[in-house]
Amino acid sequence: MNHLPQAWGRPRDNVYGTYDASYLQPRLPQTHTQSPIVTGTSVLAVKFKDGIVIAADNLASYGSLARFTDVKRLRPFNSRSIVGIGGDVSDMQYLDRLLNSLDVTENYSSTGHSLNAKNLHTYLSKVMYKRRSDINPLWNQMLVAGLDGNDEPFLSSVDLLGTTFSSPTLATGFGAHLAQPLLRKLSDDESKVADFTREKAVEAVRECMKVLFYRDARSLDRYSIAVVTKESGVELKEDEHLEGQSWAFAETIRGYGRTQEV
Amino acid sequence: MASLLSSNPTLASNPSYSFSQAPQNAAAGNREHAFYPYTDNGGSTLGITGNDFAILAGDTRSTSGYSINTRYSPKVFRIGGDDETGEGAHIILSVVGYAADGTALKERLNAIVKMYKYQHGKRMSVKACAQRLATILYGKRFFPYYVTAILGGLDEDGKGALYSYDPVGSYEREQCRAAGAAASLIMPFLDNQVNFKNQYSPGSGVGHDLEARQVTPLPFHEVEQLVRDAFTSATERHIEVGDGLQMLVITKDGIEEKYFPLKRD
Repeated sequence: MNHLPQAWGRPRDNVYGTYDASYLQPRLPQTHTQSPIVTGTSVLAVKFKDGIVIAADNLASYGSLARFTDVKRLRPFNSRSIVGIGGDVSDMQYLDRLLNSLDVTENYSSTGHSLNAKNLHTYLSKVMYKRRSDINPLWNQMLVAGLDGNDEPFLSSVDLLGTTFSSPTLATGFGAHLAQPLLRKLSDDESKVADFTREKAVEAVRECMKVLFYRDARSLDRYSIAVVTKESGVELKEDEHLEGQSWAFAETIRGYGRTQEV
Repeated sequence: MASLLSSNPTLASNPSYSFSQAPQNAAAGNREHAFYPYTDNGGSTLGITGNDFAILAGDTRSTSGYSINTRYSPKVFRIGGDDETGEGAHIILSVVGYAADGTALKERLNAIVKMYKYQHGKRMSVKACAQRLATILYGKRFFPYYVTAILGGLDEDGKGALYSYDPVGSYEREQCRAAGAAASLIMPFLDNQVNFKNQYSPGSGVGHDLEARQVTPLPFHEVEQLVRDAFTSATERHIEVGDGLQMLVITKDGIEEKYFPLKRD
């Protein structure tokens, strides 16, 4: 007799043969996104006097491979806000569908007023925090730009952990290290936003996209840029090209522009 | 699936299992997950009470690693206010640690304190609110809110009340408490300056004859200066502390908010 408790009540092996364990369908542990696969890099945004500029390049990388070079990572939401998304691209596409259905329900509701950028940011941060609490995160960091309930410029961030913060200038991913210090030099304080013009803000963001293209190996020279103002709503350009690059320095780097010691 | 089972040494030999409690991954050991649901957003908070007031203060920097997320992200909140500005609140709360949990905790407590008022037609006492906050925290004992909370208000006698918590809900009423990244820098200073630890009456004797200096509640202007000194010093010595100092002062006349710049380096 088999005395092991695991075998109690089981058909006897010496009568019925060894139990065929392949009939068992053990449930494998449920798996979630453990790491991002196809990714988008930095998103930059700057507040100016009467609006917001936001930019992100059009690249979706597969590891170090520049896999998709025409991916739009700025997602407008009604005429008052836009979301810039970095991180996992499939999760970005899920968020896009989520925002589509949110837009539909909001437009069918009879309340008569539409969601502003602040509402949108609250919604997204609840989604992100819920997903992290389920240990099933959406692997993104997002910048929400637009106008708040008082038609004032609004800029705020939310990431895969549900952490939220807002500031006159924001940058995600590599941009947080490379672009944010440059942008803060121009507009470090809410009080300085008042005399920061649209032209200066757009120029600053374009310069930062250039710096990122020079130094971020997962970036592209094709990018999207959007400006949100009270007057014109969301003005989105999705096929911008980095102008005025200077690769003269490459000549001096051995193994890059220069192949031999001179 | 079958290959997974046949690789299981427990199942390869007799006896076999047909129930799902079989040790399916006993041989696999613990799995390491890539996703860790917590982070630390740095910063510090501090609360001190006096005879008829309580102060809660916190720096406004938010960090992740060596990066500064923003220079203004408040850590001290009004609880039980009538609108989103917190007007009409009678309790203050500070949370430091993982900011997303802090926000979630704040919003939950705020909703509970407001519901209490709507259902019972009176304000929730600070004592009751303190117990409720402990219950909320302990309710998530096995997936905690990764925050150190401090709750402030005025008690039934109008005296300043301060309750400090750990992430899983242990709490105690105190005269003063520092929490967060620079707690270990600020708390000893508070022990000495608020509770007069290691201070003795001059000329009272030597050794065991020394008389400890009598502890008395401090006046408001002294407490405010202590808070400001504590934060300017913490800013010097801790990289996650700085940018701005936000202070909420609760008295019988309501809640007053103050802001002082701190070094931004």
